[in-house]
Amino acid sequence: MVKLTKADVKHTAHLAKLKLSESELEKFSKQLSSIVDYIGELNEVDTLKTEPTSQTTGLTDVLREDKIEVENCLTQEESVSGTDNIHNNYFIVSRVLEK
Amino acid sequence: MEIPVSIKEVQAGLLNKKFDATQLVNSYLERIKKYDKEINSFLTVTEERAFSDAKKVDEEISNKAEKAFSEKPLLGAVVALKDLYLTKGIRTTAASKVLTDYIPAYSSTVVKRLEEAGAILIGKTNCDAWAHGASGENSDFGPTKNPWNKACVPGGSSSGSAASIASSFATFAMGTDTGGSIRQPSSFCNLVGLKPTYGAVSRYGVVAMASSLDSMGCLTSTVTDARKIFNVIKGRDEFDGTVKDFPKSNSGKKKIRIGIPKEYFTEGLDREVEKLALEASHVLKKNGVELVDVTLPHTKYAVAVYYIVQPAEVSSNLGRYDGVRFGNDREAFGDEAKRRIMLGTYVLSSGYYDAYYLKAMKVRSKIIEDFEKAFEKVDVILSPVSPTPAFKIGEKANDPLKMYLADIYTVAANLAGIPGLSIPGGFTKNGLPVGFQLLGPRFSEDTLFDLGEKYQEETDWHLKRPNLEK
Repeated sequence: MVKLTKADVKHTAHLAKLKLSESELEKFSKQLSSIVDYIGELNEVDTLKTEPTSQTTGLTDVLREDKIEVENCLTQEESVSGTDNIHNNYFIVSRVLEK
Repeated sequence: MEIPVSIKEVQAGLLNKKFDATQLVNSYLERIKKYDKEINSFLTVTEERAFSDAKKVDEEISNKAEKAFSEKPLLGAVVALKDLYLTKGIRTTAASKVLTDYIPAYSSTVVKRLEEAGAILIGKTNCDAWAHGASGENSDFGPTKNPWNKACVPGGSSSGSAASIASSFATFAMGTDTGGSIRQPSSFCNLVGLKPTYGAVSRYGVVAMASSLDSMGCLTSTVTDARKIFNVIKGRDEFDGTVKDFPKSNSGKKKIRIGIPKEYFTEGLDREVEKLALEASHVLKKNGVELVDVTLPHTKYAVAVYYIVQPAEVSSNLGRYDGVRFGNDREAFGDEAKRRIMLGTYVLSSGYYDAYYLKAMKVRSKIIEDFEKAFEKVDVILSPVSPTPAFKIGEKANDPLKMYLADIYTVAANLAGIPGLSIPGGFTKNGLPVGFQLLGPRFSEDTLFDLGEKYQEETDWHLKRPNLEK
């Protein structure tokens, strides 16, 4: 039985930028353990000579014509319309570099 | 007025002046007002928009009569959209608190095509948040009830889309199917559900769940309606590089062979569901179809593959919700979204990628090979949609793994990118509807529609409607 410890769950939550409460850590460590245990049954399948599939269309390098159609563009106002947190039509984000 | 059940009936009624589009919209809205407080199928009802669309439809019909319908194949049909389809200027939530107030600046390709074809928009439907679920219970705006039995789930994730059509709140609905989310609620609500070939219909402008699996399709009363809608929404779109034009139809072949996969009729399958699926195959057999036993040996691994690939892609797609450009921040995610983000992040994380994600991608190839081998022998595969009829609200809510396992008959089609058509096949002793599904090779939709239409000529399950007064 695979066991995801609370520390594993905490680390994963950090990678996923999720803040979890103590009780959520508890709950997810139990639930994720049972799911991860279940998906581990794939080890029974011999895939030594099998190529992985990431998509089913068989299409590669699909390009469109390099032209701009105005009706397909958003105005600057439209492109920032999803938030009030803007300054001069730019998104305001948290600082990533220290002074 | 008596509510028409199909696009065909709507258009005949409009053309023969039995009613006009405004009256039609009005009767749907009356039903929504009367019954949807309890069913909870709509998150947004676009009443004003529906009336203004209807007015345009009425003008077009009075100007052009019959010609209006050949120019616009869906003219007058009233559509409910799963709240994952972006609609310019109309709130789109994905049934998540993250997007409670999100008003898109553009519409999805499918929505544009429906509008150009003359459909009337009546509202946006409830679903499991981000389409994560098989019951509708994961909506951040409360569960939807099954109109056939309000103690039961309508299925999911396209829960509101299914419940709204079963309740005659609209003529047809759009849903999304990543692991069964159109076919399973269709089965639970006595509707036709189409999951098209991956790459036949554009995903542009639909909130992404798992990008290598998501398919945009419809929930309707008849197979003929599904065919009509599919012909409107399919085809190349320069905003989605995975879509190609539909190849020339190869349907109309004389003798069709249908495969019955033994792995789909095993332990865990409800006896009544099994019986109804087999009865459906015999209806088709009587109509000249040959039934053949086939084997899909990797079926039992499909759920495990799906619950690696899908959350991996979910964790990536939901990474964009940071509260900066639109929506609320990540604190607003509900339980199931968090669970899938965590699971996906885990299987992609350093040290586990090969063991889980890469392995799953390889077993996915095995599942595709199974189908390819089967389709050398048969044209179509027939199977149940879900191992059980609609279950009780709350029954599986605290056991995510148990809920996931119920996806066993639907996820393989998404992993293989092939089309599936769920069709009403009868009722259990307790009066719950049960569907069966037809699966075909990529781009074989026309064959599925031909068979489905033949089946619906012989049966009338699809014409039955629930009594909402109960």
